[in-house]
Amino acid sequence: MDFSWIFEYRDLLLHGMLLTCALLAISVTFGFTIAVFLAIAQVGNSSVLRLAGKAYCTFFRGTPLLIQLWLIYYGLGSYLPYIPGLRASFLWPILREGLFFAAVALTLNFAAYQGEILRGALLAVPKGELEAARAIGMSPGMILRRIWLPRAIRIGLPTFAGEVILQLKATPIVFSVTVMDLYGAAYKIRQDTLLVYEPLLLVTVFYVGLTFAITQVFQKLENAVPTRR
Amino acid sequence: MNSSSSILQLLSLAPPGWGGVLLTGAFATLFISFGAYLVGMVLGLGGALGKLSGIRSVQLALQIYTTVVRAVPELILIVALFYAGTDGLNRVLDWAGFGPIQVNGLVAAVAVLGFVQGAYMTEVLRGAILAIPVGQLEAAKAFGMRPGLRFRRIVLPALIPNALPGFANLWLSVIKDSALIAVVGYQELALAARVAASNTKQYMLFFLAAAVLYLVITILSNMLFSALEGYFRRGQRPIT
Repeated sequence: MDFSWIFEYRDLLLHGMLLTCALLAISVTFGFTIAVFLAIAQVGNSSVLRLAGKAYCTFFRGTPLLIQLWLIYYGLGSYLPYIPGLRASFLWPILREGLFFAAVALTLNFAAYQGEILRGALLAVPKGELEAARAIGMSPGMILRRIWLPRAIRIGLPTFAGEVILQLKATPIVFSVTVMDLYGAAYKIRQDTLLVYEPLLLVTVFYVGLTFAITQVFQKLENAVPTRR
Repeated sequence: MNSSSSILQLLSLAPPGWGGVLLTGAFATLFISFGAYLVGMVLGLGGALGKLSGIRSVQLALQIYTTVVRAVPELILIVALFYAGTDGLNRVLDWAGFGPIQVNGLVAAVAVLGFVQGAYMTEVLRGAILAIPVGQLEAAKAFGMRPGLRFRRIVLPALIPNALPGFANLWLSVIKDSALIAVVGYQELALAARVAASNTKQYMLFFLAAAVLYLVITILSNMLFSALEGYFRRGQRPIT
C-alpha cells in the first residue's frame, strides 16, 4: 500500500469531492422539485397529465442511468450547436461542459424514482384528513399546499434517505462523460501512477463515510419531526 | 434530421445497419444479467442461511460482506473487482505453478455482478425466511422432519412469495447495473449502442434504440414477475 500520491494530487481530489457533493446536492434539490409535480400529475384528474407522468417514470426507471446520461450528453448535446444564437450566448460555456449534462441526467433520473415514492405517499394520506380540510372550506390548491403535500412528504421521509444514498452511489458514473468528480480523479491517478487499489480504496472510504453522514442527518431530521404512534 | 428510410437502413439487421449489433448486445445483457442473478441467488441463499445460523464468526463475516457491498457505489465495486479479481486469480495460479490466464470478459462480468447481487439477495432472503410464521416450522419439527427435508418442503415454498417482490426489484437492478460493465469494456447493449453511435455519428438514434430495448426487457420482466407472484400466492388470503 502506497499513499504517497495523496499530497501531490490533493487539489484534484478535493475538487473531485466537492464536485461529487455538488452533483448530489443539485440533483436531489431539483429532482425533488420535479418529483413533486410528477407525483401530483399522476394522482390528478387530467388523464393526459397522468399518462405523461407515468410514461416519464417508466422510461427513466426502466432504462439504465448510463444510457440516459449518454443519450443526453452525446444525443442532445450534438443538436445544441444547431440552435441559432446559442453558441454566441453567455450560456454556451456552461452548456459545453460535461458537468451540465451530468447534472441534468442525474436530476431527471432522481425525479423519476422520487416521483414514484411521492405518488405512493400522496395516496397514503388518510382520506379523513382531506375530507376534514374540504369540510372547513379549503380550496383544492390550499388543501394540496397545507395538508396533502406536507403529509405526503412526511410519509415519504424514511424512504427519502435511502433514495439520496442510492443517488450518491450513482454519481461516479459521470466520469464517463469527462466530468472529473472524485472517481474521475481516482481514475486519473491510476493512469498516472499505475496504482490500482489505493485510489479506489480512498474513494471507497469517502463514499462510505458520506453514506454514514447522510444516514445520521436523516435520523436527526426524522426524530425532529414529531410523530404519534 | 434524417429521412425515415435511412433510419431503417441504420437499424437494419444486416451489416451495413447496426440493428444486429444492438440485438447481439441485448442478448449479451440478458445473458450476463441472468448469470449474475443465478450466482447472486446461490450466494444469497448461503448468506441468508449463514446469517440465521447463529454462528457468530459466520454472521460477522456476512455482515461485513453485505454492508460493504451495499455501501460502495456499484461502478467502483465493478471496476475494483474486475481488476482485483483477475489479478488475484492470476496470483493464485502463479503460486500453484500455472501461468497467468486471460480471464474471459463474460465470465468476469457475471462473477462481479453476481457477487454484488449476492449481498442484496442475502438481505431479501433473510427477510423472507424471517417472515415465515414460526408455527409452521415448529409443526414441521413436531412431525420429525430433518433440517434438509424441512428446508425443501416447508421453508423454500413458504419463502418464495415473500421474496418475490425483492427478487423482481433485484432483477431490474441487475439489468440496469449490467450497463456498467460497458465501462470495463465488455460489449453488452450499452457499449454496443455506443460503438454504433460513434461509428455513424447518429448518437440520438442509437441511444434511443438501446433505451427502447432496455424498456422492452424491463416491461416484459415486470409482467412476468407479476404473473409469477400471482401463481405463488395462489391460495393465500389477499391482504385487506
